[in-house]
Amino acid sequence: MKASADLPMGFARRWMRLRGLVRKEFVQIMRDPSSIAIAFLLPVILLLLFGYGVSLDAEHVAIAVVVDQPSDLTASFTGGLVRSRYFNPIFLPTMAEAERAMRERRASAIVRLRSDFAEKRLRGSAPIQVVINGTDANTGRLVAGYLEGVWTAWLVEEARASGGSVVVPVEVEERVWFNSRIRSRDFLVPGLIAIIMTLIGTLLTAMVMAREWERGTMEALLSTPAAIPEILLGKLIPYFVLGAGGMLQSVAMALWLFEVPLRGSFLALLGSATLFLLAALGLGLLISIVSKNQFVAGQAAILGTFLPAFILSGFLFDISSMPAFVRGITYLIPARYFVAILQTVFLAGNVRSILIPNGIALFVMAVLFLGLSRLMSRKRLG
Amino acid sequence: MARRVWALAIKEFLVLLKDPRSRVVIIVPPFLQLFVFGFAASFDLNDVPIAIYCEDPGVDAQELLAGFRHSRHFDERARITRDAEIAPLIDSKQVLLVIHIGPRFSRDLRLRAPAVVQVVVDGRDSNTALVSLGYVHGVINRFNGEFAAREGLPGLPARLETRSWFNPNLESRWFIVPGIVGLITLVVTLLVTALSVAREREQGTFDQTLVAPFRAGEILLGKAVPGFVIGLCEASLIVLIAVFGFGVPFLGDLATFYAGLALFLISAIGVGLMISSLAVTQQQGLLGAFLFLVPAVILSGFATPIANMPPFLRYVTLINPLRYFLVILRGVFLEGAPFHLLIDQLWPMALIGGVTLTTAAWLFRKRSV
Amino acid sequence: MTPTEPAKVVIEARDVHKSFSAGKRLVRALRGVELIARRGEVTGLIGPDGSGKTTLMRMIIGLLVPDSGTIHALGRDATRDSLAVQAVVGYMPQRFGLYEDLTVQENLELYADLQGVPRGARLERFQELTHMTGLGRFSGRLAGRLSGGMKQKLGLACTLVRTPELLLLDEPTVGVDPQSRRELWAIIDRLVRDDGLSVFVSTLYLDEAEHCDRVVIIHEGEVLGQDSPGVYSERMRGRAWTVMAAGVKPRAIQARLARVDGVLDAVVQGDGARVVGEVGWTPEPSRLLAGLEGATLAPAAPRFEDAFIDMLRSRAAGVEIAAPGERPIPNRHGDGPVIEVEDVQRRFGDFYAVKGVTFQVARGEVFGLLGANGAGKSTTFRMLCGLLPATAGRLRVAGVDARTAAATARERLGYMSQKFSLYGYLSVRQNLNFFSSAYGLAGARRGDRIRWALDQFQLAPYADAQSADLSLGYKQRLALACALLHEPEILFLDEPTSGVDPLARREFWRRINALAEQGVTVLVTTHFMEEAEYCDRLAIMAAGKILALGAPRDVKRSAVAAGEAEPTMEDAFIRLIERDQGSRDTT
Repeated sequence: MKASADLPMGFARRWMRLRGLVRKEFVQIMRDPSSIAIAFLLPVILLLLFGYGVSLDAEHVAIAVVVDQPSDLTASFTGGLVRSRYFNPIFLPTMAEAERAMRERRASAIVRLRSDFAEKRLRGSAPIQVVINGTDANTGRLVAGYLEGVWTAWLVEEARASGGSVVVPVEVEERVWFNSRIRSRDFLVPGLIAIIMTLIGTLLTAMVMAREWERGTMEALLSTPAAIPEILLGKLIPYFVLGAGGMLQSVAMALWLFEVPLRGSFLALLGSATLFLLAALGLGLLISIVSKNQFVAGQAAILGTFLPAFILSGFLFDISSMPAFVRGITYLIPARYFVAILQTVFLAGNVRSILIPNGIALFVMAVLFLGLSRLMSRKRLG
Repeated sequence: MARRVWALAIKEFLVLLKDPRSRVVIIVPPFLQLFVFGFAASFDLNDVPIAIYCEDPGVDAQELLAGFRHSRHFDERARITRDAEIAPLIDSKQVLLVIHIGPRFSRDLRLRAPAVVQVVVDGRDSNTALVSLGYVHGVINRFNGEFAAREGLPGLPARLETRSWFNPNLESRWFIVPGIVGLITLVVTLLVTALSVAREREQGTFDQTLVAPFRAGEILLGKAVPGFVIGLCEASLIVLIAVFGFGVPFLGDLATFYAGLALFLISAIGVGLMISSLAVTQQQGLLGAFLFLVPAVILSGFATPIANMPPFLRYVTLINPLRYFLVILRGVFLEGAPFHLLIDQLWPMALIGGVTLTTAAWLFRKRSV
Repeated sequence: MTPTEPAKVVIEARDVHKSFSAGKRLVRALRGVELIARRGEVTGLIGPDGSGKTTLMRMIIGLLVPDSGTIHALGRDATRDSLAVQAVVGYMPQRFGLYEDLTVQENLELYADLQGVPRGARLERFQELTHMTGLGRFSGRLAGRLSGGMKQKLGLACTLVRTPELLLLDEPTVGVDPQSRRELWAIIDRLVRDDGLSVFVSTLYLDEAEHCDRVVIIHEGEVLGQDSPGVYSERMRGRAWTVMAAGVKPRAIQARLARVDGVLDAVVQGDGARVVGEVGWTPEPSRLLAGLEGATLAPAAPRFEDAFIDMLRSRAAGVEIAAPGERPIPNRHGDGPVIEVEDVQRRFGDFYAVKGVTFQVARGEVFGLLGANGAGKSTTFRMLCGLLPATAGRLRVAGVDARTAAATARERLGYMSQKFSLYGYLSVRQNLNFFSSAYGLAGARRGDRIRWALDQFQLAPYADAQSADLSLGYKQRLALACALLHEPEILFLDEPTSGVDPLARREFWRRINALAEQGVTVLVTTHFMEEAEYCDRLAIMAAGKILALGAPRDVKRSAVAAGEAEPTMEDAFIRLIERDQGSRDTT
């Protein structure tokens, strides 16, 4: 305490303390296999699991086909089913057997052409009976849609074969933007990056901060001249770097393993990821400040951030179809904004009208959580 | 033996219910999940935001558009007049699809040259895109049918008569909510059992138990009973909420349900106790449970069908007890499936339970004594 | 309190109160604490666990805020001006505040960064510190891999990277071997002498009072006294005596004397017992020594501990322990040893925690395992309890192999673990219920034994309290009660007295003696050297081996050359270890 340079508040001192804390954290990360596992191994496992395991694209759906009286006409229809990559038809002789197949889950739908199919066809309106297993509503809907596609194609073909014109008054011309193959993986994988960064940013940060409380090292830190912002930054910086590493790794896997296109700029991706990471880290710090116990912090992080990021972020389920009060809750979840940006930057491009409002929301949340952690941290115990 | 196991089980219950931390584990996650999944997890779309771009002032075009406007699936958010307006609306996610009726629509319709309605859809969320396209087709088909009848056109040579069994309105909730029964039962049972040994190790009471004249099997049984009872109670409670709260039908018989639940609980307890005997701290137990839960849920068919997975992952799902229980749940809830149709789901769970419990007992003996 | 010049005061607490809520209970951690510590002195804060030492320490460094009252450190208000206090005061918390996954050097670097030690000055300072603490050889080793003593020295070095004016040490000697304790005190002495440092140190160990210039005694949040250690013992002059009786077990002498009216304290010491009388008590040899053949009575020098016991006794009514009127444990094994350990080894990876340990314990014997943390005593203990398999060798307890003992054989053992492991969320009665069922007690016997436990250990008023809320002394009682419900023949006690106050320790040993008299075989581990005196025989362990084995007196004598005066147990222990290290260095 002789010269002013010796004051604990001096800039050089602050810088020295911060650097010391950051270096310490990095050494700890490198030595703790579980940190490395959560930061680098878990993302790979999750990406593989979700990239391959979660798919809404039904292909080769087993369907039971019952043709009461086979003829050329029925063959031309069922031929369409056989050729479709969506279906895997099983021909069964009776409706009873088909029903049994469906109850035993060997078939997801039944297509039945009655004995009067050819006869009614001539008179204008032959019914094709379709029974769908509605248990899995979404798959059921997809199967119905695919069947309709087969049916429409068949109508056109029939008309052409008989030399007549198509008798459908209005046709739909579909143009699917951004994801013309309609691959669910292309929209799931970008969203997954938000989930993974939540895991690193919030779960890992909350746990390591709580660990310092549990092991008594926080008490030692607090008793030194280190100020609160330095202690918080000493945690933020290393886990920011770790989270950014996890993100880059996930992006690389998305681009090269899952072949998701990146239509927007990398810069937009990086900018939004930075904001999201800050919000996630702020939330992690906040959790650990409140709980100070690894066990509770871990649970709070999983229940409070991971689960909502999963369900309420629009990553898998459409937000606009949720009931109003649930939709209200989604506005509180940082992942919601980041998922919107990710899906757009990957599949659509740099759409300002998406990037700017969601970016602002992320910025506000980052400031809010980091600010709250700063306000709630005291150089006190108990 | 029975008395010692009873003493252990009573102690275990008291600890679970008196420790605020484990009380939280038993109560908060299940109901949070029920709430979140029950309301938020749905593939159904309501009020899909659409924009209408109509260049044809004719009556037929207006009639077709009325079909969209009256549908509960769609919500008209914008009306546009130029091609250039399409992209901003879709890019910014203000609308999911744009219905475009060209200037020659009415003429083509009258000339019996197929009139074309162009639909531009945002494919970022592929599932939403597919489902909403399905709704579009529904509206168009209805219009076609009415138009043909009115104009006395020859009907289509064949038409689809589609019915849906077990879930006539194809509501996602009917699919998801029974799944939650399995999901929550798994989470609770796993957490209760996976943390129990670690908790005692941390508090030092585990040594105390090992030094007492218990056999390893008795300790294991004492740890299994609370998980079983709590799982049974919560599952029953959630079934009640599913039926009376969410209005999901329960068509099957309770005996089949409880047979499946019992076997499922046994296999979940086996997994939990395996984690438990390996974990030294509660944190490791928590992490272990989490690392089992995430793949177990994803690879179960809870949200997305197992049939859509690549073959390799489909084989992996065979060792997942939740996979079988979900089939049973949906079977008894929606399909009213009788016992004999579910036998193929029951025996694999019994097998998994047997293997995991044996392994847990072996690990237990190896690690503890 | 003598008036002191402010400039000479480094710590001053005025009427400090602090309460915490623990569950539904309000714990009054500090009740009107007044104390001062002087510049250039070592001030000791002595009191049992839960007496408020850590709370006070944390307040001085500004980590806790008093409910009322003021604390000043080096003239600054510790509460309002805590950053300034933290800049000039070094604080070593319990468990030393080390990052176990960083190396010695990295820990030093971190604290040098935090304390703002200029880069240029570091090398010299680190060399000084590692030289002083003997850590030089270990600079690349992870802190978590250091022994307890080494951790403690590293913790100290970290708080000294930038020489503070005042050093606060919170229980620096807990879990540390006697040798390291001695070395730590030597370092502190040097810091005070050479650098003019002021030191405020808290401790559980009464014998460490001797190292302090002034001692503050704290108990249940109240300061009972603050004076130099000499003043405390001087107050007890003329009240301490030693009683020797050849051919009578010292434990028996002590047990007898403890029941005499007017005796405040009686402890085993060497071949006899040490007695402290109440004020104005003069021993009548005829009454005191009746029944003790050839007993002699001699005045003894008073010590700090006598004063401490005197203060505590005057506050708490003594706990009456029922005479050992219980039925003796039947002898089922003849005269053979009850516990046999033969050339036992235990390996973890390529590290031998125990290498070739052999000893036997006879029926009704109290056998002690002494050693520092990491000496192998806990590993040996766990192998005997059947909690850990031996890598090689033979272990037999009550005639059966400890490793494969059937559940029925375990019914004859009682076990009490280090942390008094009870189900904290269960009430006292629920704990007793569980352990009685665990040991197969049923019906009337179960009811009788639970009543016995509540009654014997004065637990009845707390029967429905959560055991986590009990004070440490009561937890220890409950743990012992649980271990004794089924009237075991053999009792395993792992560090049974760590952290409890001296009165509770005395009471505990009286119970153990009574049990041994009934024929219960007791195996106990401890790191309190003076407790070794309560054992009939003991083994001193270091680095996985037994250094000495025998009656306390024989062990002490084996440590010194013939003709030298009998050392204290601690001196003997340190000598034995040094001799062992010396012989290893030469080979």
